[in-house]
Amino acid sequence: MPDLFAARSQMAMSLAFHIIFAVVGIGMPALMVIAEYRWRRTGDVGYLELAKRWARGTAILFAVGAVSGTVLSFELGLLWPEFMKQAGPIIGMPFSLEGFAFFTEAIFLGIYLYGWDRISARAHVIAGIVVAVSGAISGIFVVIANAWMNSPRGFTLVDGKFTNIDPLAAMLTPAAFPQSLHMTLAAYAATGFAVAGIHAAMLLRDPKNAFHRRALAISLLVGAPAALIQPISGDISARYVAQQQPVKLAAMEGDFVTMNGAPLHVGGIASEEERRTKYAIEIPHGLSLLAYHELNHEVKGLNDFPRDQWPPVMIVHFAFEIMVALGTFMALVAAIVLFFEWRKRDVVSHRWLLYAVTLCAPMGFLAIEAGWTVTEVGRQPWVIYGILRTADAVTPMPGLIVPFLTFTALYVFLGVFVAWLLYQQVLKSPKDDESVAPNQAHAA
Amino acid sequence: MNLTAAVAISGVVMVALNFYVLFAGADFGGGVWDFLATGPRRQAQRDLISHALAPIWEANHVWLILVIVLLFTCFPAAFSTIAIALHIPLTLMLMGIVLRGSAFIFRSYGSDRDATQQRWGLVFAIASIITPVLLGVCVGAVITGGLGMTTFTGPFADHFITPWFTLFGFAVGLLALALFSFLAAVYLTVEAHGTDLQEDFRARALWSAAAVFVISFGVLALAWRSAPMVRAGLMGGSWALPLHIVTGISAVTAIAALWKRRYRIARLAAAAQVTFILWGWAAAQYPYLLPPSLTIEDAAAPARTLFLVLCALAAGACVLFPSLFYLFRIFKMRRSS
Repeated sequence: MPDLFAARSQMAMSLAFHIIFAVVGIGMPALMVIAEYRWRRTGDVGYLELAKRWARGTAILFAVGAVSGTVLSFELGLLWPEFMKQAGPIIGMPFSLEGFAFFTEAIFLGIYLYGWDRISARAHVIAGIVVAVSGAISGIFVVIANAWMNSPRGFTLVDGKFTNIDPLAAMLTPAAFPQSLHMTLAAYAATGFAVAGIHAAMLLRDPKNAFHRRALAISLLVGAPAALIQPISGDISARYVAQQQPVKLAAMEGDFVTMNGAPLHVGGIASEEERRTKYAIEIPHGLSLLAYHELNHEVKGLNDFPRDQWPPVMIVHFAFEIMVALGTFMALVAAIVLFFEWRKRDVVSHRWLLYAVTLCAPMGFLAIEAGWTVTEVGRQPWVIYGILRTADAVTPMPGLIVPFLTFTALYVFLGVFVAWLLYQQVLKSPKDDESVAPNQAHAA
Repeated sequence: MNLTAAVAISGVVMVALNFYVLFAGADFGGGVWDFLATGPRRQAQRDLISHALAPIWEANHVWLILVIVLLFTCFPAAFSTIAIALHIPLTLMLMGIVLRGSAFIFRSYGSDRDATQQRWGLVFAIASIITPVLLGVCVGAVITGGLGMTTFTGPFADHFITPWFTLFGFAVGLLALALFSFLAAVYLTVEAHGTDLQEDFRARALWSAAAVFVISFGVLALAWRSAPMVRAGLMGGSWALPLHIVTGISAVTAIAALWKRRYRIARLAAAAQVTFILWGWAAAQYPYLLPPSLTIEDAAAPARTLFLVLCALAAGACVLFPSLFYLFRIFKMRRSS
């Protein structure tokens, strides 16, 4: 395995692993604090049980997210020292701010998890809210740093060196808003539906179980609205990509020929050799309409770009199709769920809807992985779009397959164990004899 | 000393590292004492350590992230050199960090005291021992001036092993381990308020104070040959004598306070001692970030970045310190019965 490929694989694997925990770190605190709030308001200890279980889940996932995030902050340099040497002073700003947001999240999570009987009810709920908000903010800062890699701004390039740099202008890159909006919504949609899907599956077997009913209601409250509006943010993102990274858009769509009124390719296999996308359903004018909101707007195809500036087209197109398909399905289910809620109909008594929600459980996370594949692989061959090639940024250290395989083994092992632990600690229905213990009930 | 923005930020990096050592260092030390838990109160010792760490270890860990972020933002040339030359020890250290954190949380949230949980306890303890040693090895590599290279062609070992695989490096690693264990034991005497455990950790604190003493002299002796610049600073700098005096006073105070069972004073003195040791290193190395040739100013990012980061640090501190104070007030100042 060549070192560049090993480095890219290690980075991809580390990001793919970390993103799951990062997303959960944004979504779960919202669930847990809503459950606690409902318990405080209604006195219904079922909500307390839920808040405590979700807090346990958050604790486990946050810990793994924190350490895998630490690994990433080092890996930026361990794998891409030349990138960090040049880009560090420009994109360090969002990372510094993220540092403080993450600090706040870690501090208040400690207070939340271990402070049930040490601080007032109000202070405890506020601590939970601080965790949820700072988690979302820290995610946004990291995405802003990534956005800069897609649309580098805030410097003058002289002889390949960044001069006259302005870190604030860099943070205001045009990619920042679409990317962070899309990612934040994705975090709530994915977490909400993952939790909802698991409890929906439990309710299929045991429809009267009040624990799972409460869990379903709260998780849908967080997941469904986010999933419903995600297509709008997707549209904003697509229009950004069309303007700023046309070659990425062409790869996403498997679009080789420049034309006015370009069709939308649904599915299909994008072949770089044959320079066409085979077996796709073509919707006339679809791409022009979606990317530019005009029926006959010109869309640049890959043929208009030098061959050595293409990202791996097949992967990007495939990942994009997966993301859109999953997102569309989730948005549809979300629309139905929200319609049911609005008309005060019981979601649980409609088994087909429970099946649909169950199906959504892994979808948000798969869509996030696919979406990041589009963003990151679609930016190749650049690490800083149009400026620094990934191949020129990699460390001179040889034998990178060794850390790649070691980290992969470690993460697979941790992933399996986390899944088992979550099942034990969070998802299993409470047994009748272990319903909320009295000393936990008056936690205030 | 000329107080430029770069010097100020390098000072902040040291402060963050200082906090990392005082707080997260003690968490690693907790892992060491978990590993070495013995006697009739073995399980109680482990429970006390878990109890002490649980609410704060995540926050303590973030100091390291702050150090890294400040390094790559404000001193990118130094960061990239460190990341290349210390790839191997840093990767191993990261594995330690991942395993320590995961194992701790898996153990805390595992079901009861079953076999799985004990195994995670062991992983937690071993990772807590290995990680500080590797951290020390990396610091040792910086001190010896092994990271002076700018090109990386030639034999693998010359660039990726020799800079850090030194006797001096491992001596610094051992010193880090001893200091962290010492801090943890002293802190735990306060945590163990009014129980037999207090005596257990008092004994451990005294033994580790002795270990710190012996290893410190070992490191100094090795520095004679391996790290001439730092040695020269520590021996001849105008600040050297006062520094050695205050470090010595703190060390003696810590030991005397432990002896007299004045644990809160011991905690303060131990923290001061470790702080003086760290700043002694920093002062001896000044104005170099990576001896023998890369200075703080040479490695620094453009002025605009430094200015904005200073603003961000000021704003961040306004959020961070009250939050940290709140955290520690809840869990460390009020004694629950």
